[in-house]
Amino acid sequence: MGEFFTSAVLVSTVASGLRLSTSYLFAAIGETFGQRSGVLNLGVDGIMLLGAFGAYYTVLNGGGLWLGMVVAITVGLVMGLAMAFTSVTLQAEQGISGIGFYLFGLGLSDLLFQKLVGTPLPIRGFPELRIPLLADLPVVGEMLFSHSIVVYAAFLLVPVGAFVLNRTTLGLKIRSVGENPEAADTLGVSVAGVRYFTVMTGSALAGLGGAALATELGIFQQNLTAGQGFIAVALVYFGAWRPVGVMAGSLLYGLVASVVLQLKTLGIIPRSASELAAMLPAVLTILALVVAVQRERQPAALTKPYERGA
Amino acid sequence: MRKLIVVVAALALVAAACGGAGDEAGGGEGAAEQPFRIAVVAPSAINDLAFSQSIYDGLVAIQEEMGGPTKVELAVTDGTFVVEDAAAAIRDYAAQGYDLVIAHGSQYGTSLQEIAPDFPDVSFAWGTAGDTFGLPNVFAYEAASNQGGYVMGVMAAALSESGVVGIIGPIEVGDAKLYVDGFAAGVKAQDPTVDVTINYTGSFSDVALAAEAARAAIGAGADVLTGTAQMVVGAVGVAQEEGVLWFGTQADQTQLAPEIVVASQVYHWEVVLRDMIDLIQQGTLGGEAYVIDLANGGEEIAFNPGFDLPADVKQLGQDTIQGIIDGSIVVPAGG
Repeated sequence: MGEFFTSAVLVSTVASGLRLSTSYLFAAIGETFGQRSGVLNLGVDGIMLLGAFGAYYTVLNGGGLWLGMVVAITVGLVMGLAMAFTSVTLQAEQGISGIGFYLFGLGLSDLLFQKLVGTPLPIRGFPELRIPLLADLPVVGEMLFSHSIVVYAAFLLVPVGAFVLNRTTLGLKIRSVGENPEAADTLGVSVAGVRYFTVMTGSALAGLGGAALATELGIFQQNLTAGQGFIAVALVYFGAWRPVGVMAGSLLYGLVASVVLQLKTLGIIPRSASELAAMLPAVLTILALVVAVQRERQPAALTKPYERGA
Repeated sequence: MRKLIVVVAALALVAAACGGAGDEAGGGEGAAEQPFRIAVVAPSAINDLAFSQSIYDGLVAIQEEMGGPTKVELAVTDGTFVVEDAAAAIRDYAAQGYDLVIAHGSQYGTSLQEIAPDFPDVSFAWGTAGDTFGLPNVFAYEAASNQGGYVMGVMAAALSESGVVGIIGPIEVGDAKLYVDGFAAGVKAQDPTVDVTINYTGSFSDVALAAEAARAAIGAGADVLTGTAQMVVGAVGVAQEEGVLWFGTQADQTQLAPEIVVASQVYHWEVVLRDMIDLIQQGTLGGEAYVIDLANGGEEIAFNPGFDLPADVKQLGQDTIQGIIDGSIVVPAGG
């Protein structure tokens, strides 16, 4: 066990945990916006997959990583528009339509992959970006400040998201629409408009999360996300609909997964316990959820479509 | 009136759909010979460069051997990791009268046991497994992946300069366990001082986890890696990035990382598929369990021509292959 607590191992474990949390964080912050305004989007995983494929295909065909990110965001926006139309205008049952979008994204991304790419070829992701000065700090420098730009972007979303939600008029509108859409409507806030905005933004971020995953891994595969989008939705609940809480949840999940991997590599977790250990990130997150959710309640209008005068 | 139009339109659509399916099944060939119809149900994508790809490649090879799509009709349902979905597909193909329905996934066993007796005129094949349930219309097939694993483990030990070799596995079952055990045994047989770190990530599909597992292994000093299952593409990517050598299995993984892939154990399922089809055409629909291994050519070590493998290591590999084939080297079958 002493081998685990060496500086080199701890540094790489934390760095690895941060990398693992990145795609969850993008999707979960995006979903936070949507849920805060009252819309549940369970299609996140499907949108991540479409964004991942979009970015992968763009890079594979020489478009470059930045264009790939733009493509992923665009794909996310389009899917978000469809989801918003279904949930807000058509007022469909949000949980079910979300699953529908998930299946659509899963199937379409795989179909496009098989038809347009066939056998997977690797791509290069963003290079490691060392933050000057900070990256040279002992221990902490390697852990936190020598990652690729997508990792930094994901974590930057947290203060930005918190600021928007809590300190801007837009954030106020989002929150009011999620808590009491009738009151917001009376005050002249366009409930539908706000919800379209948050769902589309959330989906764009989910697409970006998928792109981050594909470019970091350097490959695409059928069902690349393997359910990450659903974990991301759970993390929103875990984070009590607050960006900082969501970050804490993503970090918990990513770091636990990373610690488990490291312990397995060092032989500290024996192979016989390997499946039990693989459950740990999910189990811990559920436990933390049980403890945390006592204190916060969800946005009052979550999953409830709004119709003036209804 | 509007309701009537909707109902008529819906009925028309249904009729068109049924009619379309009927056309396909009837086939454009009113020719004398009916094509041999094979269907395969696989848990992951057929272009996963691993498990499911191996059976698809084998079927395509058979199709070509037997004269092309007019002689052999292939139907594929992939991505059915969930057993219920696969079972539905298997039952569907059997009901449509396919000659051979292949359930390519060890998790499909129980379903096959239930479905096969319902269709005594259809031949089923179950892989990777060795049990035919005593049913007259079920074949079983598996790979002695520990053999190829052993050969590559020997070469890995010879190539490793740091003295640490890493293995990334999915879950410790079936084909994966067999391969990993064989590889580890090969390493130890060649050089007992080499450290082998084995990491079962707990998932067949989590690519990100496999990538991080590879990083952890490299952090522990590994300069040669191997792994199995479709999530392994993540680990290969990391190996490429870090300049660490890679041995692949189930399919030729050279194109994933042309600079660092040393060799891959390629499965040639056509070796046993040929036999199965012969038996079916003679009227025996099952009852045989097949194993592909180095001796019958079902397993092949495909060296990456773009990798500069030292001649003595290559010779070592080929000697080991020969040793396994003639029985002088016995590869442990797990433990």
